[in-house]
Amino acid sequence: MADEIALLSTWPSMFGMRVRVALAEKGLKYEYREEDLRNKSPLLLLMNPVHKKIPVLIHNGKPISESMIIVEYIDEVWNHKSPLLPTDPFQRAQARFWADYVDKKLYDTAKKIIWSTKGEEQETGKKEFIECLKLLEGELGDDPYFGGENFGFVDVSLVTFSCWFHTFESYGNFSIETECPKLVAWTKRCLEKESVSSSLADPHKIHDFASGVRKRLGIE
Amino acid sequence: MSKQELLLLDCGVSPFCGRVRIALAEKGVEYESKEENVLGGKSELLLSSNPVYKKVPVLLHNGKPLCESSILVQYIDEAWPSPPLLPTSPYERAQARFWGDFIEKKVFDGGSKIWKSKGEEIEVAKKEFIETLKQLEGTLGDKDFFGGENLGFVDILLIPLTTWFYAYEKFGDFKVEEECPKFSTWVKRCKQRENVVKALPEPEVVYEVVLMLRKMHGFE
Repeated sequence: MADEIALLSTWPSMFGMRVRVALAEKGLKYEYREEDLRNKSPLLLLMNPVHKKIPVLIHNGKPISESMIIVEYIDEVWNHKSPLLPTDPFQRAQARFWADYVDKKLYDTAKKIIWSTKGEEQETGKKEFIECLKLLEGELGDDPYFGGENFGFVDVSLVTFSCWFHTFESYGNFSIETECPKLVAWTKRCLEKESVSSSLADPHKIHDFASGVRKRLGIE
Repeated sequence: MSKQELLLLDCGVSPFCGRVRIALAEKGVEYESKEENVLGGKSELLLSSNPVYKKVPVLLHNGKPLCESSILVQYIDEAWPSPPLLPTSPYERAQARFWGDFIEKKVFDGGSKIWKSKGEEIEVAKKEFIETLKQLEGTLGDKDFFGGENLGFVDILLIPLTTWFYAYEKFGDFKVEEECPKFSTWVKRCKQRENVVKALPEPEVVYEVVLMLRKMHGFE
């Protein structure tokens, strides 16, 4: 019986893109449904009643929510190719730690750069954001990927932020490549992979989207 | 494996450390424990083992550190597979991780809001907290434990947090037993387990700590 896979998401969401990358890594076909977060579909509300958020993966009618939980699920179910988590428990714990770090720190600091109305908050956000990226750069070291020789779990968690970099740079007035050249080199390396390039949104479209949100929020 | 190979940087009243103590006990694993004075002065070992967050718990396995309590519980489950704390099916595992993540997002911070608030804010915080417990009650259903017939991942993440509930009840002027009787029954059921009782502090001890924290925050 063929698997029925559906993904509820929004095109600019870096969290939704993580799931797309994972599905692409595994060579899976799925139905994509674009959600309007200002008018959430009955399906979304039914499938994620607790948080009412995207992304939601629906596999043979059963929902899974929270992007990195979905990625881990995909990795466990379709373990025939492109393993995203290592097999060794210690390395798995380290991968989970860094993906969790990206989740805890990156989004909240980045939000301050593009959505804040006060200059001071934006400056703080920018400083913290660069610090986070530098820490991650240190963790990458000389390996091609966070997963070592192969693209893995932490790479998935972080690479989807890269299509938002142009937007952060534009509003924060800084260059991520100047601050973290190794990390930007890593994003380019990841984009050479079909699973990544086909899943990430166009950075200029993201910028237009962010501009629209800022106008609505009255900060542009 | 000798005791010296596993060292837990610990703190008696920390519910996050409590999780690790219970998980190790469930697996019958022996370990050394070093009590950290988290408010007084963190040890060099803690600061060097967890440079990112500088927090307990930290588990050092053969000198190599791992951090973040829910990641540690998963690590312990994978390194010592018996008895299993997570279900076997990927879907059930994703659900367990989802509720673990829900607990991380809502319970401790939600409870803290109760003792950190003033006036009307206390009522708001209390209502939200009770709502969180009701959602957890719903997912427990008629099972003895979130893990089914035995303590599982979700039970282990949640039960240590309940040692802080007495303090929330005092400051919020409510009783969990009255508002969420099913939840209360689950707590009592967990406390019949020796591994749980041995690992957790008395709620009155935690209450004293909360009083001290309130002073530090300028409340008294």
